[in-house]
Amino acid sequence: MSDTEVDPPDAGGATAGAESADGDDAEATAEGPGALAESSPEFEDVPLKVEGLRKEFGGIVAVDDTSFEVEAGTMTGLIGPNGAGKSTTFNCITGVHRPTAGNVQFNGEEITGLSPHQVANRGLVRTFQIARELEEMTVMENMMLAPKGQQGETLWRSLLPWSRQAVVEQEKEVLERCWDILEFFDIDHLAHEYAGNLSGGQRKLLELARALLTEPDMLLLDEPFAGVNPSLEERLLDHIHELREEGYTFLIVEHDMDLIMENCSRVIVMHQGNVLMEGTPSEVRSNEEVIEAYLGGNQ
Amino acid sequence: MSVVERISGEIEERFDSDLEMVLGLLAAIYAVYFGTALIIGFSPRGQINAIANLTFYIGVFGLLALALNLHWGYTGLFNIGIVGFMAVGIYVMAVAAKSPEGTASGAGGFGLPIWLAIVVGTLAAALLGVTVALPALRLRADYLAIVTIAMSEIVRFTFLSGTFQEFTLLGYDTGFGGGSGLLWGFDPLMSFIEFAYLTGPYNALVDLTGTVIRNNPEPVVQNLLYGVVLLLFVVAYYVVLRRLGNSPFGRVLKAIREDEEATQSLGKDTNRFKIKAFMLGCALMGLGGILWYMQAGTITPNTFRPRLTFYIWIALIIGGAGSNTGSVLGGAVFAAALFQGPLYLKNVIETVFEVDAPNSFGQAMGPLVSSIDPVPLIYYVVGNIRSLQRVIMGLALIWLMHNRPQGLLGHRKEEAASIPLRAGRRTTGTEAAATDGGRDVGGEGDE
Repeated sequence: MSDTEVDPPDAGGATAGAESADGDDAEATAEGPGALAESSPEFEDVPLKVEGLRKEFGGIVAVDDTSFEVEAGTMTGLIGPNGAGKSTTFNCITGVHRPTAGNVQFNGEEITGLSPHQVANRGLVRTFQIARELEEMTVMENMMLAPKGQQGETLWRSLLPWSRQAVVEQEKEVLERCWDILEFFDIDHLAHEYAGNLSGGQRKLLELARALLTEPDMLLLDEPFAGVNPSLEERLLDHIHELREEGYTFLIVEHDMDLIMENCSRVIVMHQGNVLMEGTPSEVRSNEEVIEAYLGGNQ
Repeated sequence: MSVVERISGEIEERFDSDLEMVLGLLAAIYAVYFGTALIIGFSPRGQINAIANLTFYIGVFGLLALALNLHWGYTGLFNIGIVGFMAVGIYVMAVAAKSPEGTASGAGGFGLPIWLAIVVGTLAAALLGVTVALPALRLRADYLAIVTIAMSEIVRFTFLSGTFQEFTLLGYDTGFGGGSGLLWGFDPLMSFIEFAYLTGPYNALVDLTGTVIRNNPEPVVQNLLYGVVLLLFVVAYYVVLRRLGNSPFGRVLKAIREDEEATQSLGKDTNRFKIKAFMLGCALMGLGGILWYMQAGTITPNTFRPRLTFYIWIALIIGGAGSNTGSVLGGAVFAAALFQGPLYLKNVIETVFEVDAPNSFGQAMGPLVSSIDPVPLIYYVVGNIRSLQRVIMGLALIWLMHNRPQGLLGHRKEEAASIPLRAGRRTTGTEAAATDGGRDVGGEGDE
């Protein structure tokens, strides 16, 4: 199983893999979402800072005193064996769970304990481990849901005749942007398909595309490659690299060690609710504790 | 596959527009009612009254199914306390509009103009809605169901209670009348006709009807007119809800129904959307209650038992949750086939066969056992069809759940946007590249 293997320290493929992915599709980058989104991501040195995060469920401590930082414009991997507390950490950051202790800062602002929509509106947007597409809505409806500041989301504006025109105008703009992003991800031919009919990989693409429409600064991807076939996985990776180059910051939870090692510049390793270590892929590879944690050592 | 699917498929093929579909169904229903009435030779009065009754119930069930569709079909809010909102609507409206002097049977009201009282009643239902929603919407969906049904019973018992039979509010002696009910001395339809300067045409209509019904035609005309007013309200509800559904607001509601957590992760404050949708739906239910009962002139709390809520649910399930057109169709089918249908059938049978129904079950069974004569039993069943009404509804519901759980139009998904999304894609830019990419993915897709 690839997710329990650790490459030998001197495998050396890591940077090469990232480089080749970067080189792809220069054209697509030029017309990528960064150019289309109304506001480009803001740059901060350390957009996400987690300090002393702790989460208990009843008597079980899922996350214990976890601290890490994610640097701007990087792709950071968060790895760890099952039950290491990765998803719980994610949920605490994004407001799904309220942390028992500790705090989370985003772009210099305290976001601990905010509700999920507040976190998302501050520019920190997540995707889910199992793609949460809205099945009985078309791909286009899924997309059009996402953009912020839609006037028509106000009850009276969408009802009253004299404000309707502005809503319709804005809908046209939103539709245009959705087409742009769908084309960027090469799923525009699926626009009128019901999201429930998409394949696993296409759902992941849709989720990422939808998340981008909220104009985030940083994306938290929870196992974006789970259940995605290899060729689609490569495309998804290309897109993520392109976006990173445009200035988006990524934090990716992933089981597949190789994938993280090859694509991320920093790696955070969690084990039994703690951050075991943090460093570059090659540092992580050569760390004895990590190897032990992954190979099961002493339980 | 099944008969229903074939029939509803055929219905849809035959009618391209929703309007035609609704009108077609109404025409069919009226044709059946008229036809049977003509064949067995009902008196003109009976005939027009039957039609007026039918129209009334098609109207009220259509209204309430539409309101429920906003809750359940769009937002996925499991409200089984509809009757409570209806009761608050009509009670508050009646108390607000009743003249301050009071009637022989009870305390007075606030003497507001009727239109204002209707607004007040509707707002009261919305207010009750938000009171229920604030604590309950934060909980899981089924808790909302428990809270709403409990609320509807609390409302009923409040109106029943002696404490609120008479009380003083803002210096007005008023009250809900307790168990003996509330009586108001005004006629909304006639006030409206006077208000809208329609007295002339109205009198002409009464005279015209007088040529068919010699004896006191006025009540018959009023019944019929009120049915028409209700149908106009159905149109208004439909327009409002459709507009709402086809908007970014409606899109968020649909998203909440599909997956609330995912919707939150896209920065939508789902609680606010749920509360707004719930309030609006409750207001429409309150108005529905007002329209249902205001012409009656009197109301008792026990009218508002939970079964009424479930009638509306059946109507929505027949029509198909999620579709506004379906809600109207469901209301009509429920009113015609399940609510009025059995009673009408009873009248027809009794007129044709001059039934002399036995008085008790024993008398009905006697001949069957002694001389294998089933006729008295059949007559007995027909005579008591009102009690069987709910059994028939239950059977219809079970059959529906097995054969077509999505209802008549529930499989249809109405697009949630203010502009048509399918009206061809735009033509600028990267068309060719996109098509290439498209084919690419098509091959890769691992369905």
